[in-house]
Amino acid sequence: MAESIIRIKQAKKSFGHVQALRGVDLEVARGEVILIVGPSGSGKSTLLRSVNRLETLTSGEVWVEDDCVTSPHADIRKIREEVGMVFQSFNLFPHLSVTENIALAPTVVRKEKPAVTYQRAQALLERVGLSDKAHAYPDQLSGGQQQRVAIARALAMQPKIMLFDEPTSALDPEMIKEVLDVMLDLAKDGMTMLVVSHEMGFARAAADRVIFMDEGVVVEEGAPNVIFSNPKEERTQRFLEHIL
Amino acid sequence: MNTNPKTAPGVAGRIPALAPETVLHLNESSLIPGDRETLAAWKIAFFGAIALLVALPIYRPHPFLEILSFVPDGLTATFTVTVASVCCALVLGLLAGLGRIARTTIINRIATVYVEVVRGIPLLVQLFYIYYALGPLLHLNGLMSAIAALSICYGAYLAEIFRAGIQSIAKGQMEAALALGMSRTQALWKIILPQTVKVVLPPIGNEFIALLKDSSLVSILAVSDLLRRGREFASTTFNYLEAYTVVALIYLIMTLFFSRLVGLMEERLRTHGGKHH
Repeated sequence: MAESIIRIKQAKKSFGHVQALRGVDLEVARGEVILIVGPSGSGKSTLLRSVNRLETLTSGEVWVEDDCVTSPHADIRKIREEVGMVFQSFNLFPHLSVTENIALAPTVVRKEKPAVTYQRAQALLERVGLSDKAHAYPDQLSGGQQQRVAIARALAMQPKIMLFDEPTSALDPEMIKEVLDVMLDLAKDGMTMLVVSHEMGFARAAADRVIFMDEGVVVEEGAPNVIFSNPKEERTQRFLEHIL
Repeated sequence: MNTNPKTAPGVAGRIPALAPETVLHLNESSLIPGDRETLAAWKIAFFGAIALLVALPIYRPHPFLEILSFVPDGLTATFTVTVASVCCALVLGLLAGLGRIARTTIINRIATVYVEVVRGIPLLVQLFYIYYALGPLLHLNGLMSAIAALSICYGAYLAEIFRAGIQSIAKGQMEAALALGMSRTQALWKIILPQTVKVVLPPIGNEFIALLKDSSLVSILAVSDLLRRGREFASTTFNYLEAYTVVALIYLIMTLFFSRLVGLMEERLRTHGGKHH
């Protein structure tokens, strides 16, 4: 396996009395695509959000390349620049146009020239198939279109890693495919991707590994075909019966 | 047309909590009879007041013409106090509002204590305190004391409006900004506050109207505002009914005018969603 780009060691997280993560270890190789599945409350979103420290772990370590995310001395903003994130509810900035949504972060955070960032925004919009929506506002777009803009917005920072937190869960069925197509395209391009989702089709087409989590631990992991067709653990079997 | 009962005349008080989804998503089809009624009432009150103010001097030039030439001098003081106080209160309110959501305990504590203390003391008592108790120490005249007291008082109310407005912007907005590598300050200025402005403009407009009315309290500090001029006229001519009628009508016309303006502004924000096109 190639060198790891993300290393998570004994990640634990409690919310009051609830233990969301009970010691998770995970290494992600550069260019790897990982799908995290599991019932709600299994800690999969918490794990994902600990990679860019939207969630602070109670104990354990997270490393992104040579930076320790969990260290209080970490330059977390620098790390976040390298880690793009896509949310279930899109979270586009409603007061900005589509192009401004995409160009804002590189302009503000990296101090790049607007001429450069706006051109990149245009190219990214073309990539996600929305070049005709450059001047639209988020509330004029469908859910699928909004999520594609959200992916373009994250890509504008030219991240090395992309996190997807249930990117298609808030979408109507007919819009899921357009978002998955963009994600497939990214995976083919060699992006390192951590995806919390139950999209089996995407997993079979693009994922290198599927991780099944339950009650804050990794129960089972393996290649998509192995996990989906031949799970070893009983908990995995039961869960898959529910969603297949 | 003004369709929102919250900003309709007669209810031009303050809105304690914000409910942006109810404020922002009304449209023509949601015109309920009550709304139509308030609009009709607004028209009657506004144009009635103007008609009365024109008619009275025509039918009874004495004393109404004299009152009308004497009293409006006070408008300068009333507006000076109102506008200066609004400006100071906005700055104070924004700072205290940000302080209320600050993660630094000491800043948060200071802002919260300020809001709680000020909101717990009647404005009239604050005016007396600043003018009579602190005024001699700080060499404040009536006008300065009035502006200081109103700014401090309304700053606390505006702080709560800003706080509620900022908090009404979904948590996801802040997370999205942070995930892109922005600092909290950058996220606040580029993402949160621009959206907050839209949400808080109408309630701030209502505070402005409330402040305009409360500015009449400064007449007891020897500031020659509208009410004070009316009182001066009345006490020399004994035309109490006439003088105070004119004063009341002028206040009424001003507040009705501004509440209508706030209503229109609210509607624009609602239909145009801020800055589309």
